[in-house]
Amino acid sequence: MSGTPSTVRTNSRLIRWIDTRLPLFSFAQDSVLDYPEPRNLSYWWNFGSLAGIMLLIMIGTGVFLAMQYTPNTDLAFDSVERLMRDVNYGWLLRYIHMNGASFFFIIVYIHIFRGVYFGSYKEPRELLWMLGVVILLLMMATAFFGYVLPWGQMSYWGATVITNLFTAIPVVGNPIHTWLLGGFSLGNPTLNRFFSLHYLLPFIIVGVVGLHLIALRQHGSNNPLGIAVKGPQDEIPFHPYYTLKDMFGLGVFLIIFAIFIFEMPNVLGDPANYIQANPLQTPSEIVPEWYLLPFYAILRSIPDKLIGVLAMFGAIFVLFLLPWLDTSRVRSSYFRPIYKWVFWLLVIDVFALGTVGAHRPEGAYIVIGRIATFYYFFHFIILLPLIGWFERPLPLPESISAAVTKKSVAVPAATERRAVS
Amino acid sequence: MTELAHGKPVAGAALSNGHGEASRRDFLTVASGAIAAIGVACVAWPLIDSMNPSADVLAAGAPVDIDLTHVQPGQQIVVLWRSSPIFIVNRTPDLLKTLQDPKDLALLSDPDSSVMQQPAYAQNWHRSIQPQFLVLVGICTHLGCIPGFMPQANSVAPGWLGGYFCPCHGSRYDLAGRVYSGVPAPYNLPVPPYRFTTKTMIRIGENPPDGGDFGLDSIVQI
Repeated sequence: MSGTPSTVRTNSRLIRWIDTRLPLFSFAQDSVLDYPEPRNLSYWWNFGSLAGIMLLIMIGTGVFLAMQYTPNTDLAFDSVERLMRDVNYGWLLRYIHMNGASFFFIIVYIHIFRGVYFGSYKEPRELLWMLGVVILLLMMATAFFGYVLPWGQMSYWGATVITNLFTAIPVVGNPIHTWLLGGFSLGNPTLNRFFSLHYLLPFIIVGVVGLHLIALRQHGSNNPLGIAVKGPQDEIPFHPYYTLKDMFGLGVFLIIFAIFIFEMPNVLGDPANYIQANPLQTPSEIVPEWYLLPFYAILRSIPDKLIGVLAMFGAIFVLFLLPWLDTSRVRSSYFRPIYKWVFWLLVIDVFALGTVGAHRPEGAYIVIGRIATFYYFFHFIILLPLIGWFERPLPLPESISAAVTKKSVAVPAATERRAVS
Repeated sequence: MTELAHGKPVAGAALSNGHGEASRRDFLTVASGAIAAIGVACVAWPLIDSMNPSADVLAAGAPVDIDLTHVQPGQQIVVLWRSSPIFIVNRTPDLLKTLQDPKDLALLSDPDSSVMQQPAYAQNWHRSIQPQFLVLVGICTHLGCIPGFMPQANSVAPGWLGGYFCPCHGSRYDLAGRVYSGVPAPYNLPVPPYRFTTKTMIRIGENPPDGGDFGLDSIVQI
């Protein structure tokens, strides 16, 4: 590319001068403004950019919160209380950050289920999908470290339970546990390093998001029809069409977000975390943050420690295999008459697991938890490969432009293979 | 080097002799790669080891002395040793009776304490030095919560003989810290090293003179 004159559209000689040496403006022009996107993206496609904006909000508020926070077991709880009472707008920063974590997960879960419904993980976007699962794992780790920082009862006991998961590993489990904590139980060394990691991981997430976007650019966005873009008639430029659509979605989201921050900032949290950590008293019920409940339910549903831990991590790792477990060549569920319903069963199953995770493991919750855990793995490992074999997909439209302009709706099944690939 | 001979050409293949044999270049590539890997490991180890318990944390694990005369019959006290809660229970003859009750033994996953969750001198039906006094590390072997002391019969469920109930995930132990079967916790509650310094004083963190060198590291699962 060296020696190429700048292609940026501008009358400014300064911008042209900079762009010839540092092609930031032409990069933005090619990757955002002029970037061609399928013309039929629905509002379900808003959640990717929304997640990116949420990541920036979290990093932004987090940097300022770190200026007020003290990572010491004697001082942490009080430093958070001081932040809430004495620091100017400290309550606002913390409530944005606290609720932001929850909304970040809501956005990302919708983003994931959108990918599952429209088959966004299928060839050639497997690595794009797998990088997304990596981001989910990093988010969970970051959220876990962050939840420990206020050093409340739920912080302490939640962290005790999560770090003890590692003791399930045979032979090396206990040394790893001690190494992670920097002691024989949760203490000051633990809090200190969790703060360090909580500050580090978001920047690693930014890096993986970068890879996620590079992988996205390689083949472009999937779309509600799940068929490939065939030419310029199927596309529109990102700006102004999707910049505006994203901004509108952002506005709606911020209204909902603001209602939580200003009107019910503690609804999504646990009141026990406003009690300072007490290493000698386990609360009568330990519940993780809501976004981890389905996985927690899987852990508790299996009456064996090692298998329970493996199943919990397996519930996320199975997502890495999703591109190969789903044997159907058709991406979008619009054209998959059986999978379309099975997808909603999975959604119901995940909600059922979440409900079970929020309740004591007694009576019906044990039974529902075990059935839902079984079904979760049954869906991915048995049902998905089988449906791909016996399901007869509906005929796919000829092209995106043909479908959205309704010139022709259906094509013979013979062209289906070409349309999907 | 035979592996190299059959392997794919490595970087600098153009300089290899082209007969599928290892060249000096191949040797240098592998040798410098190996040295670099050792170098990375040498740099990484101080970083990794810095996260292990520091000298002050280890020093905080010094033995503690407890006077048992203050523990009433049927009472449990909790003391801290190595920042872990240590349960000390003064078991009445009635409570001790349940430990040999066949009804209790049938429910246990490891009634004979065969897994080394205790020093050899506590590997007996009462899991202690003296039957009367029980000394346990009060950390559930499932995921580290502190089990509740529930000595009353029928207090947790009908037919409950008295013992420990973990509020987190419902694990159950009897009054010797032996885990019931069918609960998530895999092992009995650990017994720490301890010895009687006088008839009524115990020192947690030291073995009896003839008790071997049992330590927290010897425990299968804390």
